[in-house]
Amino acid sequence: MYSRAYKLAVALPPIAWVILFMLLPYGLLFLYSFWTVTPSQQIVHQWNLRNYSELLRVPVYLEVLLRSMRIAGIVTLLSLLLGYPLAYFVSFHAGARKELLYQLVIIPLWVSYLARAYAWKTILGSDGVFNMLLQYLHITNHPQGFLLYSPFAVVLTLTHIYTPFTFLPIYAAMEHIPRPLVEASHDLGATPLQTFWRVIVPLSIPGLIAGATFSFVLSLGDFLAPLLVGGPSGIMISNIVVSLFGAAYNWPLGAAISACMMVLVIALLFATERLEKKWSFA
Amino acid sequence: MNQPSIATTLSPNPNTVSKTLLSIRGVAKQFGKKAVLRDVTLDCAEGEFLSVLGESGSGKTTLLRLIAGFEACSAGEILMSGERLDVLPPYKRSVNTVFQNYALFPHLSVFDNVAYGLRVRGTPADEVKSRVDDALAMVKMSAYAQASPAKISGGQQQRVALARALVNRPKLLLLDEPLSALDANLRRQMQLELKTLQRELGIAFLFVTHDQEEAMTMSDRIALLRAGELEQVAAPQEIYRRPATAYVAQFIGQTNLMRANVNAGIAECGGLRWPTTELDGPATFSVRPECIVKAAAGSLSADGSVRFRAQIVNQVFQGATELWQIECASGDRLLVKTSAKSDTSEMEFAFSAEDAVRVRD
Repeated sequence: MYSRAYKLAVALPPIAWVILFMLLPYGLLFLYSFWTVTPSQQIVHQWNLRNYSELLRVPVYLEVLLRSMRIAGIVTLLSLLLGYPLAYFVSFHAGARKELLYQLVIIPLWVSYLARAYAWKTILGSDGVFNMLLQYLHITNHPQGFLLYSPFAVVLTLTHIYTPFTFLPIYAAMEHIPRPLVEASHDLGATPLQTFWRVIVPLSIPGLIAGATFSFVLSLGDFLAPLLVGGPSGIMISNIVVSLFGAAYNWPLGAAISACMMVLVIALLFATERLEKKWSFA
Repeated sequence: MNQPSIATTLSPNPNTVSKTLLSIRGVAKQFGKKAVLRDVTLDCAEGEFLSVLGESGSGKTTLLRLIAGFEACSAGEILMSGERLDVLPPYKRSVNTVFQNYALFPHLSVFDNVAYGLRVRGTPADEVKSRVDDALAMVKMSAYAQASPAKISGGQQQRVALARALVNRPKLLLLDEPLSALDANLRRQMQLELKTLQRELGIAFLFVTHDQEEAMTMSDRIALLRAGELEQVAAPQEIYRRPATAYVAQFIGQTNLMRANVNAGIAECGGLRWPTTELDGPATFSVRPECIVKAAAGSLSADGSVRFRAQIVNQVFQGATELWQIECASGDRLLVKTSAKSDTSEMEFAFSAEDAVRVRD
């Protein structure tokens, strides 16, 4: 077989990559979260848990975290509501147009994130397409400001951006359902609806969990959409981290929030991984 | 006194007396421009074991899928007990299918797999329980009721698939090469079990296979498909002894095809001559290898017996019998299946004229 030296040579680049670009920065971040920043804005290596107690003491952090989770939860729900039926249709009923439809769902992923977020700005803005439509239809006679710079705009933008990520694992799971199972179900007297609930849904649950995890974790950590379309009421936890590392110059506190987020996300990934395994049959 | 009429003296033919269950009338199927089935007309009687035999690509699985409702006919119609079947969606047809790779639901236990058909039709829970238990007992799988399909062997999955279909008490069971994934010993065992089960239940089986031995072992009748068209439909003995075409003769067992010329009641092929009732002209005859025997030395030629000398060029040991390849004086080679000993390389052989069966090309 392969020699030890060969195996080591092959394994070294990825190991080095992970150490250099993941473990090291995360470790540093973790260290920072236990340090302090002085009033003269100097980071001193004074070990303490003050950053973490600050998170619990100042209500805004928890508030924004809860809002972020709420937004991520709504985005997840909406992207499942859009992505699941879409995946079902493309996988089972698209016929000859299957490849085309699949590509159409994927294409937005090739467009820059910024372009997609900005697109919503032009749609939802006070002189945007949506407001023009409302006025044209005489539903209102002046531009509505509530559309842009609100949690609503953030949810809309994030749902648009992350629905393909939800779609993909669901679609992959459905493509893996052997078609004879669907025929067997019909053969045994199950209507298309019964077949959907009794065969297709249970067998696509791993994809559903993976898709939900994608959209939840990605939206929870998102900072660009709230920055561009969120306004003051739509800021999310990552915006606070960005400002703490930037303008506010409080790296230790920013690091503490990041560390908490990381623990949260890792715990979530573990939980969903277990759930996925539980629903996998093969 | 009155003579008994002919009808009462003849024993009834089971195929004409029992009622027609499934009637396939002029069915054709095209995929794009490719014709997979052409004008297939075939009946299946109640309680009959009918095999649809053919090479891969002959359209046999397509025929089964048309009956199950997974594909729509391009032409013709299918009737079940006199009513149109081909217009119904698959879930409204009173047929059930045993799939080639069983298609058991991986997320359901053996019990839930078998219960599936009953539950989707809203059968009360206690009835589901008793019928599933009975079905599992029938295929000797009661001990595995709570097992996951992934945890049982191929032969066991086969039994579960059978129970899952039969528990619904279909009028007709469709089987799509259900034994092809099993190893040879298990396959032979399952062939006998299936046949026994079919007789006991009295359910008609439409059995699709490419294995002519399997079809011969199990069927009441065999329908042989060739390139989308029915070549011959007959009982196994009949199809073996009286093949309608050269293709059937070669597909079912081994045979010697003799391209003969008939002249005034005598067929002649490569120096061999035998009496026939066929009309003058070229004709192909099939002579099974076991119909050619080593002629006893010095024995006289009986009436209708064709004697000839030939060289043995090849001998293949097959257990109880040997397969010889012999070469006649004309250079034509024939296959002989025999349990005789070969003392010399050149010997006298014979076959009876009535074993030379005229076949269409």
